[in-house]
Amino acid sequence: MKTKTKKTDWFYSPAPESTDHIQINRKNDLFIDGKFIQPKKGKYFKTINPANEQKLADVAEADQSDVDKAVKAARTAYDKVWSKMDPAERGKYIYRIARLIQERAREFSIIETMDGGKPIRESRDIDIPLVSAHFFYYAGWADKLEYAFPGKKAKPIGVAGQIIPWNFPLLMAAWKLAPALATGNTVILKPAETTPLTAMKLAEIIQEADLPPGVVNIINGAGKTGQALVEHPDINKIAFTGSTDVGKLIMKSVAGTGKKYTLELGGKAANIIFEDAAIDQAVEGIVDGIFFNQGHVCCAGSRLFVQESVAETVISKLKDRMESLIVGDPLDKNTDIGAINSKMQLDKIKMYVDIGQKEGALIHQSSCSLPEKGYWHAPTIFTDVSQSHRIVQEEIFGPVLAIQTFRTVDEVIAKANNTPYGLSGGVWTDKGAKIFQVSKAIRSGVLWANTFNKFDPTSPFGGYKESGMGREGGLEGLMPYVNLV
Amino acid sequence: MNKREDIKKTYKLYIGGKFPRTESGRYIKWIDQKQSTQVNICRGSRKDFRNAVVAAREALCGWSSRTAYNRSQILYRIGEMLEGRRSQFLDELILQGSSKKEAEKEINHSIDRLIYYAGWADKYQQIFSRVNPVALPYFNFSYLDPTGVVSAIAPNDSSLIGLVSIIAPIISGGNTVVVLASEENPLCAITFAEVLHTSDVPGGVVNILTGHRSELIGQFSSHMDVNAIVYCGNETEEIKLVQENAALNVKRPIVYSDENWLDKNTQDPYRILNTLETKTTWHPVGV
Repeated sequence: MKTKTKKTDWFYSPAPESTDHIQINRKNDLFIDGKFIQPKKGKYFKTINPANEQKLADVAEADQSDVDKAVKAARTAYDKVWSKMDPAERGKYIYRIARLIQERAREFSIIETMDGGKPIRESRDIDIPLVSAHFFYYAGWADKLEYAFPGKKAKPIGVAGQIIPWNFPLLMAAWKLAPALATGNTVILKPAETTPLTAMKLAEIIQEADLPPGVVNIINGAGKTGQALVEHPDINKIAFTGSTDVGKLIMKSVAGTGKKYTLELGGKAANIIFEDAAIDQAVEGIVDGIFFNQGHVCCAGSRLFVQESVAETVISKLKDRMESLIVGDPLDKNTDIGAINSKMQLDKIKMYVDIGQKEGALIHQSSCSLPEKGYWHAPTIFTDVSQSHRIVQEEIFGPVLAIQTFRTVDEVIAKANNTPYGLSGGVWTDKGAKIFQVSKAIRSGVLWANTFNKFDPTSPFGGYKESGMGREGGLEGLMPYVNLV
Repeated sequence: MNKREDIKKTYKLYIGGKFPRTESGRYIKWIDQKQSTQVNICRGSRKDFRNAVVAAREALCGWSSRTAYNRSQILYRIGEMLEGRRSQFLDELILQGSSKKEAEKEINHSIDRLIYYAGWADKYQQIFSRVNPVALPYFNFSYLDPTGVVSAIAPNDSSLIGLVSIIAPIISGGNTVVVLASEENPLCAITFAEVLHTSDVPGGVVNILTGHRSELIGQFSSHMDVNAIVYCGNETEEIKLVQENAALNVKRPIVYSDENWLDKNTQDPYRILNTLETKTTWHPVGV
């Protein structure tokens, strides 16, 4: 069966979310010891809206002495207040944060979209609701830790340095902060340099929630600030989400120091479509898997494996669906794919698309028009690729899908596992037995069966192999923040 | 009448269910404190280690897909076999410098530890797996999966109980292991391999090498097809090296320092968890 790629003639009127009620502080200081303070050297960097390249705000850059100050504040708060507090009271503060975020959800969604480029539909319906849910879930754990670890007592570790990425800025902050606080640790959080604004808004909420000063400190900066945090001798625990390369550097840097760490690193997930799958749902799942959040997702389904007998149908439907995706203004409620987070990331995606073509893969792109200003990339799929292609082996972190076919279950399991990564995977079939066989055999921490890219605070997330160490979310997410005695 | 001469044992390596000599042809002369007995121990090489990793990788799929009940019985069987051969271990432990009383205590604890982890093999999953109440129309559950091939540097100061205490939780969880025996007291390790060999433990699930820690620790920690490394000891430089090398492929480094392996506090299911991964599966509910 051959179907022609057809462009829909549907037309959507612009439906932009209004931003007039949003207050973005033009100048954002460091949040240390419960106060907003200027950086010692007085250096600020700008953060822009990647959809139009306009400057949104200046943000303080923390250097070594600022990091020292933040660690000192966190240590004092740990020793004097937070680790000694009645756990039930600790929990109340975290509940309060959850509630305040719910109240200001709209504001957070809009700022998240403006600073990071993701569609408003996503920040409004996924990111921000999950943020408050995450705080709410872990708040309740604070006074129940004795039930989480049978036979052991859970003690906090101390001061945690947490470094988060730009793809889900506030959500990653919640993933890091909520379990650390619930277990009695104090924190220095460093957001990514391209997306600092929602974390700074969170600092306002932390103030508003009357959290004791120094329990949460938020400092901004790039790699150097992160490094100063990782190497600081008075940090007991590092939590990092980002690239596998940087994760390895962190492992090396903390070797022999006795610091604990958790790492959420890269991925190259296999999304596997069997011939007995519900094909239309599977096609939607492929789209969710790779084009969700512009493909800036560590667990993105960036390797598609389609059983040979249905490959033609699936690929043809996928091309049709890709053509109908709306790429453009992230603040527009109809937008499916927003702006690429930064110029640097756009250059990287383009480099890989170039490599893919040079290696002989066949490129198919949506014919959508892209705005002139800002950073954009059309949804892209590659066919005629093989295991050795770099676009199959390496994480691109953009809306680029590499498609391969397979015949047997054993073959696809071998191919899917042939990667140093092991974060997530997807399997589509109507046969329950096949789901269990394949999901058991895929070496990765999260398996989506007949769905993809779903998240929940109660559900542990994290990788096998080079995709990281430790889990975030669920009861497992408490483990990295406690010493069991 | 002529006096009968003893038959002395050749101490070899244990790789893939076989007892080869080291491929390097090298040996370490081991002499007991009383200078009464002399043994040539294999000085295992990096190549021996790589061979052992291949064997462990091959054995992984079979071992991890055994039923928990079966793994439990095999661990119990190791305990049975050890019980039956206690006199041999008694001799070796005494030869290595233990008093008779100490040796007996160590053997008792080693057997008990095997039985302890045998019991866990079909229980940890029930204690540490869960159904997660996600706020979406999905059924979501998390269970534990072996991390894979584990390399292990056994404690130097204890020859039997230390070895047993690190092997048992690793294989109880369905992993396979390549372990470097105590450099100072290697005799029991190879005799323990004979126990494993007669306990229905499939070849390659446990591989035991002897040799110099300083020579092999680099390879144990840097090998790209090893998923986790257990290090026992408190040498700061060694710990740093192991943790640095672990970064090469994001191995899980697990360090046990200052452990008194005869203490019951050194056994718990969290040590099994150290070489397990949580896997979470989502499936929609409803059509």
